[in-house]
Amino acid sequence: MRLLLEKRSEHSQRMAVLSPIIAIALTLVTGAIIFTLLGLDPLQALYVYFLEPLKFLWTFQSDDLWSLEQLAVKAAPLALIGAGLSVSYLANVWNIGAEGQLTAGAILGGAIPVFFPEWQSPITLFAMLALGVLGGMLWGSIPALLKNRFGASEILTSLMLVYVIQLVLDWLVRGPWRDPQGHNFPQTVPFADWQMLPTLDGTIHLGVLIAIVIALALAFLMGRTLKGFEIRVLGTAPRAGRFAGFSRKGAVWFCFLLSGGLAGLAGICEVMSTVGQLQPTISPGYGFTAIIVAFLGRLNPAGALIAAFALAISYLGGESAQVSLGISDKIAKVFQGILLFYILACDTMILYRPRFLPSRALTESGK
Amino acid sequence: MKAGTEYLLEALHVVKVFGTLKANDDVTLKIKPGEIHAFLGENGAGKSTLVKMIYGVLQPTSGEFRWKGERVQITNPATARKLGVGMVFQHFSLFEALTVAENIALAMPGDFNVAQLSQKISRVSAEYGLPLEPTAIVADLSVGERQRIEIVRCLLQEPRLLIMDEPTAVLTPQEANQLFVVLTRLAGEGCAVLYISHRLEEVKRLCHNATILRHGKIVANVDPTKETAASLAKLMVGGDIHVVRSIRKQNSGAVRLHMKNLSLPADGPFVTALKNISLEVKAGEVIAVAGVAGNGQAEFFDAISGERPLARDDMISFDGKPSGRIGVNGRRDMGAAFVPEERLGHGAVPAFALSDNVILTRHSTDQTLVKSGMLQTGGALAVSERVIAAYDVRKGKPDPEARALSGGNLQKFVVGRELDRKPGILVINQPTWGVDAGASATIRQAIIDLSRQGSAVLVISQDLDEIFEIADRIAVLSRGELSQAYAAGEISLEQIGLLMAGAHETKEGMSHAASA
Repeated sequence: MRLLLEKRSEHSQRMAVLSPIIAIALTLVTGAIIFTLLGLDPLQALYVYFLEPLKFLWTFQSDDLWSLEQLAVKAAPLALIGAGLSVSYLANVWNIGAEGQLTAGAILGGAIPVFFPEWQSPITLFAMLALGVLGGMLWGSIPALLKNRFGASEILTSLMLVYVIQLVLDWLVRGPWRDPQGHNFPQTVPFADWQMLPTLDGTIHLGVLIAIVIALALAFLMGRTLKGFEIRVLGTAPRAGRFAGFSRKGAVWFCFLLSGGLAGLAGICEVMSTVGQLQPTISPGYGFTAIIVAFLGRLNPAGALIAAFALAISYLGGESAQVSLGISDKIAKVFQGILLFYILACDTMILYRPRFLPSRALTESGK
Repeated sequence: MKAGTEYLLEALHVVKVFGTLKANDDVTLKIKPGEIHAFLGENGAGKSTLVKMIYGVLQPTSGEFRWKGERVQITNPATARKLGVGMVFQHFSLFEALTVAENIALAMPGDFNVAQLSQKISRVSAEYGLPLEPTAIVADLSVGERQRIEIVRCLLQEPRLLIMDEPTAVLTPQEANQLFVVLTRLAGEGCAVLYISHRLEEVKRLCHNATILRHGKIVANVDPTKETAASLAKLMVGGDIHVVRSIRKQNSGAVRLHMKNLSLPADGPFVTALKNISLEVKAGEVIAVAGVAGNGQAEFFDAISGERPLARDDMISFDGKPSGRIGVNGRRDMGAAFVPEERLGHGAVPAFALSDNVILTRHSTDQTLVKSGMLQTGGALAVSERVIAAYDVRKGKPDPEARALSGGNLQKFVVGRELDRKPGILVINQPTWGVDAGASATIRQAIIDLSRQGSAVLVISQDLDEIFEIADRIAVLSRGELSQAYAAGEISLEQIGLLMAGAHETKEGMSHAASA
C-alpha cells in the first residue's frame, strides 16, 4: 500500500469542520495509550480527565455545577486571547507572545492598586481594564515595530519578549512592588472592591461576558466588514492584497495591537478575579494554550469561543487527575501539545485528499 | 518487428492518469530519425505530460515506448539520456553565478576535465553556429544565449532525439531565426527534433510533421507545410476561432494616460530599474508594449498601477491629473483599471470565491460592494454573475473559489471584472498568457471594443502575434527603457526585434530615429 496526497481543486468544507473532531478523537486514543503505559486503567483515567469536569451535564446536581463555573472562568482568557490570535494568524502575522502581552497587561493595570490602593470608584475598574489593554498593546507593538522596520521574524521576537516581561514581573513583585505587610511573600497588595471584577455568583466574573462579546464582535469584523476582508486577503495572498490597495505593514500593526490588547485584557481580568493580586506566576500558560484554541476554533473568533471551553477542560482535567490519579498536572500540557499536533496534521486533509494505491502500482512503475 | 522499423521513437497507446483526469488518453506518436516533428495543442492538452514520460520524469499508467523498434522502460532522465534523448526545458535550470563551462560540467555524468570540456564546448558551439564563450558568467548572458547553453549541453551528449519545449517563447525574432537554422541542420544530420510550440507560423516554416493533441487525445497527424495557421488552430481548438477585428485608425483623441520621464529604481536584486519612460496613451487607441520577459514589464505595471508609488507626482498623469504618489485605489477612483500578469495570487485570491474577488479590486470604486465598511455580499454576487455571463466564464458550481477555475476561464473573469467597470484607462499585462485560443480571441476583442468606446488601453505583451492583432501603436521595453511608440502599420517584425535586443537603449548611444 502506498499513501498519496492529491490536491483538491477547492478546499473541503466538510474536512474543515471534521478536522478538529478527528483530532480530538485521536488525542483521546493517544491519551488512553499514555495512561496505559503509566500503569493506569485507561478508561477510568480518561473519565477523570475529560468527563468528570462535565459531570453536571448528566447529574444536574448543583454540587457539580462548580465545574461549569470553573470551566467558564478558565475559558474566558483563552477565548479572549484565542479570538485575537485567530485574526492575527489569518493575516499571516504570527504572534506567539500572547503570554507576554498578557503579563504586560496585568502589570500595567495592576500598577493602579499598587500605587493608589485607596482609589475606589467604578472608574478604578475601567481604568485598570484600559491600562491592561494598553499594556498588552505596548508589548505587542515591539515585535510589530521590529517586523515592519527591520523585517525581524515576529515569531522569534514576540516569543522571546515573553521571558523578558515575565522576569520584569518577577522582579517587581519581589522588589519594588512587594506588599510591605505581605510577610515577605513575593506578591503585591491584595486587590479589593473596585479593583476586582464584579461577579455573578462569586466565581463567574465580568471577564467571561467581555470574552463572549469580543469573540462575537471579532467574528463579525472578520466575516462582514472590509477591514476583515483586508486581513484575510493579506494573509492568504499578500501580492493580491497590495493590488487591492491594502497595506501589509498596516495589517501587522493592526494584528499586534488587537491580539496584544486582548491578551493584555485577559491578563488584567485574571489578576482582577482569580488571582486577586500580582505575583510571580499569574497564568497557567493561557497565552500559549490560546494558540491551540485559535487553531482548534478554525481561526474563527467565534470558533475560538467553543475551542476555549474544550481546552479549559484539559486544565480542569489536569487538576483532577493530579488529585485522584496522583499524576503530574503537566499531563495537561502533554494533551494540549498532542491536540495541536493532530489538528495541524488533520488540516492537511482540507486541501488534500488521501488515496491509497495498491502496492502493485508501485513495483510496476519502479522497476 | 525489431529489424527494419523506420521509426526512432514510438509511443504506443500511452495513457497517463492523474487522479480522475486522463492527461494522456491512448496517445500514439511516432518520430522518424531526422524529422522535425511538431507537437501541438492548447494549454492543458497533455503535451508536457507525454514529453515528461519520454524524458523519464513521469511513468505512463499504461502503454509502451519503443526506441528503434525495441520496447524500453524509461524510468528516469538518466535512462532517457543514455538512450539518446536530450531535452531543452522552457524554464532553464542554470546557476547564474557559474560560468558556461561549469554549468555544463554539472550536467555531465562521471568525472570530467573542465579544460577539455571547454574545448569541446567551443568546438561544438562553433560547429553548429551557436556562439558561446565557455568562461562567461551566466548572469551576464541574454536569454537567447542561456538557451544556447542548454542546447549545447544536450548536443554534447550526442542525442538522437532533441525535445524543445516552447523554445521561442523567450526569444527575439532574430534569435528565433538562428535557432531554426541550428535545428534544421541537426535534422539534416539525422537527429530527430520534437518541437513543442504555440506559434503556428513557425511550425509551418520549420516542421516536417505535426501531431495535434486535444484534451489528452491525438486528433490529427498532418503535414504542416500543407496546412494554414488557421486550419492548424482549428484542429487544436476543435472549432473555428473567432477572428479578432480591429479597424486601425490614426488617432487624435485626448491623452488619457501620460507618462513623463517615469523612473523607478530597482528595490531588490532581481528587479529591473525603469529609466525615463515617456508615453502618451490617447482616448480610443490601444498601445502595446512589446519586449522579452524580464525587461521591466512587471515593474512597469507596478509603477502604472500605483502598487509601487513614484517619487514625483508629475511622472504619471491620469486624464491630466498628476498622480505619481497616489496609490492603486486612488488611481482606480480616477477611472483606471489594471489587470496584472499573474492571475492567481496577484489578480485574484486563489482561496476566495469569485464574488469575493470582485470586492478585491472594486471595493473603493463600487458603492454596491461596500457600504460604510460593511461588505455587501449580494452586490458582489450580482457583479460576479454579470461578468460570468458576459465573458462566458465556465465553472463547476455557482460561486467557486478562484483556484478551481482553469487558467483561461479565470483570466476571462479577471479581465471581465475590470472591463465591467467601463474603465477610461485600462492597463493590462500579458492579457492572454497561458490562455487557449478561444478565450484569447474573446479577451482581445473585448480590449479593442473598450478602446473604440473612447478608453485608452495599454497592453504589455510578449506575444508579437497578439500585438500585431490588437495594437494601434507599438513600443518596445528593453532593460527598463521604452522606445518611442510606432504606428503598427509602419513597423516591421525585424524592427521590433532590433528594439527588443536594445537598439533604443541610451547606453548603446543610439537614438530612436536610428532604429526607425
